[in-house]
Amino acid sequence: MSGVRVLVGTRKGAFVLTADGKRKSWDITGPHFAGWEIFHLKGSPADPNRLYASQCSGWFGQLIQRSSDGGKTWEPVGNKFEYDGVPGTHQWYDGTQHPWEFKRVWHLEPSLTDPDTVYAGVEDAALFRSTDGGKSWQELPGLRAAKGKLWQPGAGGMCLHTVILDRKNPQRIFIAISAAGAFRSDDAGQTWRPINQGLKSLQELPDPAAEVGHCVHHIAMHHSRPDVLFMQKHWDVMRSDNAGDSWREVSGNLPSDFGFAIDVHAHEPETIYVVPIKSDSEHFPPDGKLRVYRSRTGGNEWEALTNGLPQRDCYVNVFRDAMAVDSLDSCGIYFGTTGGQVYGSPDAGDTWEPIVRDLPAVLSVEVQTLQ
Amino acid sequence: MIRVVLPAHLRTLARVSGEVSLDVAGLPTMLSVLEALEARYPMLRGTIRDQSTQKRRPFVRFFACQEDFSHEPPETPLPAAVAAGEEPFLIVGAIAGG
Repeated sequence: MSGVRVLVGTRKGAFVLTADGKRKSWDITGPHFAGWEIFHLKGSPADPNRLYASQCSGWFGQLIQRSSDGGKTWEPVGNKFEYDGVPGTHQWYDGTQHPWEFKRVWHLEPSLTDPDTVYAGVEDAALFRSTDGGKSWQELPGLRAAKGKLWQPGAGGMCLHTVILDRKNPQRIFIAISAAGAFRSDDAGQTWRPINQGLKSLQELPDPAAEVGHCVHHIAMHHSRPDVLFMQKHWDVMRSDNAGDSWREVSGNLPSDFGFAIDVHAHEPETIYVVPIKSDSEHFPPDGKLRVYRSRTGGNEWEALTNGLPQRDCYVNVFRDAMAVDSLDSCGIYFGTTGGQVYGSPDAGDTWEPIVRDLPAVLSVEVQTLQ
Repeated sequence: MIRVVLPAHLRTLARVSGEVSLDVAGLPTMLSVLEALEARYPMLRGTIRDQSTQKRRPFVRFFACQEDFSHEPPETPLPAAVAAGEEPFLIVGAIAGG
């Protein structure tokens, strides 16, 4: 029987939520790694029982945990992230150059075909890869050669938070960094180039159309159309129809085009979801109403999805990696909040229910569709 | 035998309860004790000291016999009472935060 497994990373541990295909009754396990920040967990598309988790702490640093039984048990694997060669420098807040320093792993992206291959997006921004199930990690240094000296951290740190693999072209990888922008490799990660043409950072950059320096918050792609990308930027929701060669704004009638999370319906490549957030400093939903916005036209025309979501006195945030979709016939959407709620919709966003209400602040949500 | 007390999170990670006992050849120093600890419990690598620089992590402290050894060089010999197993070497998660 089909079902789903939702992997939730929080400020104080990981939780695994499971349900059958109806997605009405949920079993919740956790906290795993209680007391540690779990920035991200993700399952291997090639082996759904293989999971990877990024576990870190201000006291004890970075760990990577691996499960081979769907999250029932875990084992720590390699946690040595050394930049390739002499790390070099990047821009610092005061305009000086600052040495690259590893801080944490923001995102783990398992290979589409090999359970033992997994990518790690880290702060300070770089991309690492393991081909031995996480035991050892090697940097793909060509990325930092793509104008890395000009990158500088945003308020949340200089993090590589998005890694997208292309099912149709194994040589192609997309990544995104705050606050450097989006980048693409067409040779399996050896060389990279910025793909930020069309982004405009009017208040953030002296040259609003600079080649790098844009604060990209997240990117989503439907695997059937890998040339079409959707981006939630610091401000602006953007779309590219040519694999990032150029972007155009599709914010349309959103009440705020600031936000973090963005995702695509599993079966409708033109149906996309965002959660508008107020900024620059408030970082909660406009008017205290938690609303997911859905566009069925690939952007520009948006409808508010509110059924089952709090419509007053709600001041939570939804982080960039905290929204995911399942691929059951009726597409399920999930997102987690800084208030510790994980909401789920079994009907593509028409209705919502909290799966769990009182977790620690949610950092990431991923979902596995189990057959 | 050198007795080592780990903070709770690292006991969980190493899957031990209570103190850890280590065989350390020669006069024990902080460095030799940490190396013996990480050799026996490889999952602790990187959690007490940075794997690249080998520097103590900022919010980890080393205590023994009511003294703070955190700022001493790694080669500093540990007190005789620790070497004799009469007193433990304490690895402490510092109080940090509000």
